[in-house]
Amino acid sequence: MTWESEGVEKCKGETTVGLEKGKQPNRYFPGNAIKTTKYTLLLFIPMNLFEQFHRLANIYFVGLAILNFVPVVNAFQPEVALIPICVILCLTALKDAWEDFRRYQSDRKLNNTPCLIYSRKEKQFVERRWKDVRVGDFVRVVCNEIVPADLLLLHTSDPSGVCHIETSNLDGETNLKLRRTMSGLCISHPVFEPESFNSVVVCEKPNNNLNHFKCYAEKPDKEKVGAGIESLLLRGCTVRNTDHAVGFVVYAGHETKSMLNNNGPRYKRSKLERKLNINVFFCVILLFTMCLIGALGHFLWLQALPVVPPFLVPDSNGHLDSPSLSGFYMFFTMIILLQVLIPISLYVSIELVKIGQIFFITNDIDLYDEDTDSRVQCKALNITEDLGQIEYIFSDKTGTLTENKMVFRRCSIMGTEYPHKENAVLEEPESEEDIIFDHVPQPPNTRWSLDTEDTNPEDTQHHHGSWRKSKVAGTAQSNVAFSSPLETEVIPDRKLLQQISRAESSSSSSQKIDPYLDFFLALAICNTVVVSMATAQRQRVSAPRLLLILKVFLNCLALSFCSFISGQNRTISEDSVTEGDDFNPPVKTEEPGDINGLQTCSLYAPSQCNMPATTSDNLSYEAESPDEAALVYAAKAYGFTLLARTHDSVTVRLPSGEDLVFEVLDTLTFDPIRKRMSILVRHPITKKFVLYTKGADYAIMELLGTPYAGMCRHQKNIAADTQHHLDCYAKEGLRTLCFTKKIVSDKMYESWLVNRRRALAAIDNREELVMDTAVQLETNLSLLGATGIEDRLQESVPDTIVALREAGIQVWVLTGDKPETAVNIGYACRLLEDEDLVINMSTVFQLTCTSILDCTLEEVRRYSEDPRNVDTTQDISLVIDGRTLTMALSSDLQDRFVDLAKRCRSVLCCRVTPLQKSRVVKVVREKLKVMTLAVGDGANDVNMIQAADIGIGISGQEGMQAVMASDFAISRFRHLKKLLLVHGHWCYTRLANMIIYFFYKNVAYVNLLFWYQFFCGFSGTAMIDYWLMIFFNLFFTSVPPIMFGIMDNDVSAEMLLGVPELYRMGQGCNSISCYIFTHLGLFWFSTFWVSMLDAFYQSLVCFFIPYLAYQDSDIDVFTFGTPLNTISLFTILLHLSIEIKAWTVIHWVIILGSVVLYFIVTLAYSGLCITCNPPSNPYWILQSQMADPMFYLICILTTVVALLPRYHKCYPPCPFNVPLSVLQSSFFMN
Amino acid sequence: MGRTKKMVKEELANRPDNTAFTQQRLPAWQPMLSAGIVIPGFVIIGLAFIGIGVALFVTSQSIQLLELDYTGVEQTSPCFKCSDPNAKNCMCELTFSTDTLFKGPVFFYYGLSNYFQNYRSYGVSKDDDQLSGNLDNFKSPSDTCAPYEYDRNNKPFVPCGAVANSLFNDTFKLYQIVNGAKKVVPLDGKGISWWTDYNIKYRNPAVTPLKNAFNGTVKPLYWSKPAYELDPSDPANNGFINQDFLVWMRRAALPDFRKLYRRITDGDYAEGLPAGNYSLQIAYNYPVLSFEGRKKVVFSNVSWMGGKNEFLGIAYLVIGSLCVVMSVVMLIVYAKFKFPEEE
Repeated sequence: MTWESEGVEKCKGETTVGLEKGKQPNRYFPGNAIKTTKYTLLLFIPMNLFEQFHRLANIYFVGLAILNFVPVVNAFQPEVALIPICVILCLTALKDAWEDFRRYQSDRKLNNTPCLIYSRKEKQFVERRWKDVRVGDFVRVVCNEIVPADLLLLHTSDPSGVCHIETSNLDGETNLKLRRTMSGLCISHPVFEPESFNSVVVCEKPNNNLNHFKCYAEKPDKEKVGAGIESLLLRGCTVRNTDHAVGFVVYAGHETKSMLNNNGPRYKRSKLERKLNINVFFCVILLFTMCLIGALGHFLWLQALPVVPPFLVPDSNGHLDSPSLSGFYMFFTMIILLQVLIPISLYVSIELVKIGQIFFITNDIDLYDEDTDSRVQCKALNITEDLGQIEYIFSDKTGTLTENKMVFRRCSIMGTEYPHKENAVLEEPESEEDIIFDHVPQPPNTRWSLDTEDTNPEDTQHHHGSWRKSKVAGTAQSNVAFSSPLETEVIPDRKLLQQISRAESSSSSSQKIDPYLDFFLALAICNTVVVSMATAQRQRVSAPRLLLILKVFLNCLALSFCSFISGQNRTISEDSVTEGDDFNPPVKTEEPGDINGLQTCSLYAPSQCNMPATTSDNLSYEAESPDEAALVYAAKAYGFTLLARTHDSVTVRLPSGEDLVFEVLDTLTFDPIRKRMSILVRHPITKKFVLYTKGADYAIMELLGTPYAGMCRHQKNIAADTQHHLDCYAKEGLRTLCFTKKIVSDKMYESWLVNRRRALAAIDNREELVMDTAVQLETNLSLLGATGIEDRLQESVPDTIVALREAGIQVWVLTGDKPETAVNIGYACRLLEDEDLVINMSTVFQLTCTSILDCTLEEVRRYSEDPRNVDTTQDISLVIDGRTLTMALSSDLQDRFVDLAKRCRSVLCCRVTPLQKSRVVKVVREKLKVMTLAVGDGANDVNMIQAADIGIGISGQEGMQAVMASDFAISRFRHLKKLLLVHGHWCYTRLANMIIYFFYKNVAYVNLLFWYQFFCGFSGTAMIDYWLMIFFNLFFTSVPPIMFGIMDNDVSAEMLLGVPELYRMGQGCNSISCYIFTHLGLFWFSTFWVSMLDAFYQSLVCFFIPYLAYQDSDIDVFTFGTPLNTISLFTILLHLSIEIKAWTVIHWVIILGSVVLYFIVTLAYSGLCITCNPPSNPYWILQSQMADPMFYLICILTTVVALLPRYHKCYPPCPFNVPLSVLQSSFFMN
Repeated sequence: MGRTKKMVKEELANRPDNTAFTQQRLPAWQPMLSAGIVIPGFVIIGLAFIGIGVALFVTSQSIQLLELDYTGVEQTSPCFKCSDPNAKNCMCELTFSTDTLFKGPVFFYYGLSNYFQNYRSYGVSKDDDQLSGNLDNFKSPSDTCAPYEYDRNNKPFVPCGAVANSLFNDTFKLYQIVNGAKKVVPLDGKGISWWTDYNIKYRNPAVTPLKNAFNGTVKPLYWSKPAYELDPSDPANNGFINQDFLVWMRRAALPDFRKLYRRITDGDYAEGLPAGNYSLQIAYNYPVLSFEGRKKVVFSNVSWMGGKNEFLGIAYLVIGSLCVVMSVVMLIVYAKFKFPEEE
């Protein structure tokens, strides 16, 4: 019913959706129903088993079970040997089935979501389900509805053919994105007629790139119209601010971009896991040794027998194997008997422990950010303990160390500096009081050093705190980006205000040409900021009726070009992005209007606009980049209020109260290669084409041409002065932008427009062509001025950096900023200290770079080797710029650079590209073999985040790419401190201790069986009932170590934060201080062997004390095994109890519960099992034992003796505890 | 897929619960083992252990034990003649004397050395279902009994398996020599096995007479009498619930073991064996010399702690003293290093 009249053909690898009557055209394309389940009901068991046997551990188990079916080697009843593997397989299968069922449910819910599909029969949109959607259908989506499939937007309720979508379901970005109808198809009547659509749509093969899409529609007259991502509504997005939209399904179901992007969680192998495998390998060797001893012992024992004794049972033919053959068989029997030595359940337990650890990390209220209402997110589930072993941190600057919330600080117009001193004063009050509480010594002349009334950086920090609070109170809507009043408050410079009013009065009669006015107009216009009412954030925008009619008319005339450069193009591959002093690429590309619609300008009078004049205070700006918002607010502070922005016009209110409506002809969006953006408008009064450009200073300065009209000063001078100011700004740590203006002549515009249109219509290389046209226009600019925007340091950044450094972590900052800005921030966040020796590496020549490296290395080595400097280690910091870094990372200098960097306390890399960032991380990680962590917030950090052992994304202001690529996502840099120092330490020590305990437990238990072999002719007899052995590992002793791995607190959080040095325990042993910590018993390797020895000792005690006690008695096999089992349980649990550092209610319940469970289960089993499970047949054994006082006496004695060495370890005067107690006392003294 | 979930934008909806559990701030007890706890703790444990050790040691010392090896390895041994594997139905007589009263009730054990009843394939070789009286298993015993499953004529062994087959078949008679005459010491064979074995675990088939149940089966290879004729004197002591059979079927944990044979509880000997000379008449059937085994008889009286075992008492004493010594050492260390600091 919904297949409609579109023909379908596949040609040359492209999906072609066409219009061809008569056939069932959509059958070749997958439907929109999705199926994310792995299994089907019928095939669940075989498929799941197949899945599970990909795990080596399961194969090991099955191998053992099969081995047990070989009669000559079996150790237990063959069927019984299947129990462990069955239990593990069943548990895993249950878990898988449950997960799959949840997926099935959500799939079903999704597939049955209603949606509107056009029905040819009924000539209207009818309600169907998502699963009914086919490629080629017309689907109508109404406001706040979720898009069911990837739709090519053909029509919207908006007369200008735009539609807003929210992609938070896809990438977590909450800001609205603009989509526009495919231009040129001219079907934007008020009522859309699907049947009038008669083009063939050809689009690229389905791919997972959310930011790129290419297709064209071929009209019947063979004219091709191109479209890109800006016309594609992605499945899973929500339509906002638009009454309804109609689209043509191009990809459905699993071919949609969102489904193709739907990858599972990241899998990384942690360092501990790799170490673990070595230990498992040791266990395998141990197992083989024990089995060999068993086999050899059996052989010798048989050899020593003169005749066949009555207890030696021949096989069913009455034939006895030779001793050597029996010994050979015994080897395998022993493997079956001692199989538990390889801790298979360890892997399951580790997974459970990590889930628990992640639960606690994500629930930590200290890692929760109220502003954004976000917790820490753990995306990689299995590297929690790596957080405790970090040695190098690579951090981005903007948005990571800083707020990425921009405040307009200063500006320079026509070579004159306006310092905006009042802005600094604004932060002054009540700062005196705060300094008292501030223990961190301040390095003098840090940032803000240009002005005398500088504020102390600490004050600003404090204010962040108070601001945050008031902001929470003020704006509950946390998703409104950059719109809260506190960031936007700009107190205008008095001098500049005077200038403006003078300019206003002098030029009001004339054509309003004045550099001051132009400067602020540029601030207000040259951006992609969307204006919305603060009170009506996500409401549908309804256009006035008059406009509607006009726009419909205009839209039909509209040309099919538009700026197709997607704002999201800043993908990983673009390596030239520097994130510092530039604005972010706008997502909401404002579309150029039509050239024929000149008469519309006057219609955009404020009274007709949906932004009434009286509500200008109520305006809220939604900007893609915080810099843009800051600039718009700055302009507003000077009276240039951005009132409204539609795709083809901008309304600005001048200080005089007059509203100007600029017709926007084109927006040359930002790209990382040009590093600037421009907006081409027609001035409403002069009717001239004006191009306002803003960008990074080096991207602008070389394009300057004609001086500003009407200015007597020479452009060169202005440029030089401005450049000087820019340098000063950079030194202060401000982000700089230059603003220019250019008058474009009509002729030039016409000729350019032709090129532009051609570029926009192109299908191949369109982006490059479009960029070329932008470059063509952006020449010969007139400099207006420059701005300095402050990016405040985040709260507690210096504290965090100092703490991380005390924890033995080297912090590197990699930024795209200028060296001056970066160094300044470096001092401010205490990455660099005053007494540091700062080595500045900045050169263009390879040779110079080599010699600098060599000299510095030589000097550093000499310094450290000098006996006089043993105690005073010079703190060296390295500042290196991107160009030099490239040379330093070249293969011949790499080693020297890394050697130098290793000796530096901190390293600051400036002007680095995303690719360089990841290269630095990779080189350090591979050369130094250290654990690295990269933290960043922007798309330019994605490479680095992926290259490091742990990638941390900061969900900040710059979209979610970094978060999407990261293993952990936090919202503030300061959270890193607790995440690493507390959770990292805990996760590492907990898991390490748990794993060691697991190995210990298995060895201690299995060895009991091994010792018994010496008394049963190495025949593979188990004196413990096999069921009880299984239960022992499965129930009685499995929960306590898991609880131990999740909940133990060896050191309190307060102390870990107070004494960051404690973190060094987790790091590898590469410093002297580490030797102290080896004694703490945390150092992995020695601890492992100590535990193994302990396990051997305990198993010896647990076996031989009962053995000696029952010697020469009439004890039977399983009655002998029962106290052994009980003693083992007590020893193993008490051993854990000694390891547990902090006992909570849960610990008590679980430990005591395990003991109670043991007795209940064993008693019940012994009471009910009369003839089951031969040969052990435990009937009434535990009951009779528990009636015997000897049982208790043996249990008590053995447990005490087994644990005596551990008691000793606990006793304070022993050397093991000294360092910790010293630290403890030093901490408490502080 | 979570993305379809409507994002509910409540204020601070993501805020984690600020509970002691989720914030890992549960009130925790840190076992800070200070000297003030450890030293008294060790003293108390030590003293308690010494106390137990003394009690155990004294009890163990009070237990009388008499062991007599009758394997017949030495030529002087009265059973030497019987140790010849070719000797059939050999009887030998062992004499011993007690100086004091051997306090009753006296437990009479036989002991075997170097006999691996815990050998794995030996232990498996039985059919629990058959032994619990299941007649189906009389016809077709479990595979585990192989090769003592069917005889050459393919008739099933009942009871099948190596354990039953190797039943210890020496028998003993004890006489007190009073004025040169032998006076029989009555031996009590009742209740020497586990109560649960006799009453629950092992059952004869509900067929009377019992002999009929064994139709079509053969007695185990080494047995001289079929199971239903093990004890002609007591019909309730035949079949699978024969006490000696039950004792034997409970396999010993260690290669040197003893098993209860009889108790001396009746008549004149209820108070024990009076001082005097005794003669033990042994029907020597069970061959052990071939695998260098040893046979012995053990007379012992028991206490609350079972048989004589000095190890446990000594171990308690040693560990107890060790604890006390350690606490003293710790006290010295503590006094030396801690007291000056605290002042």
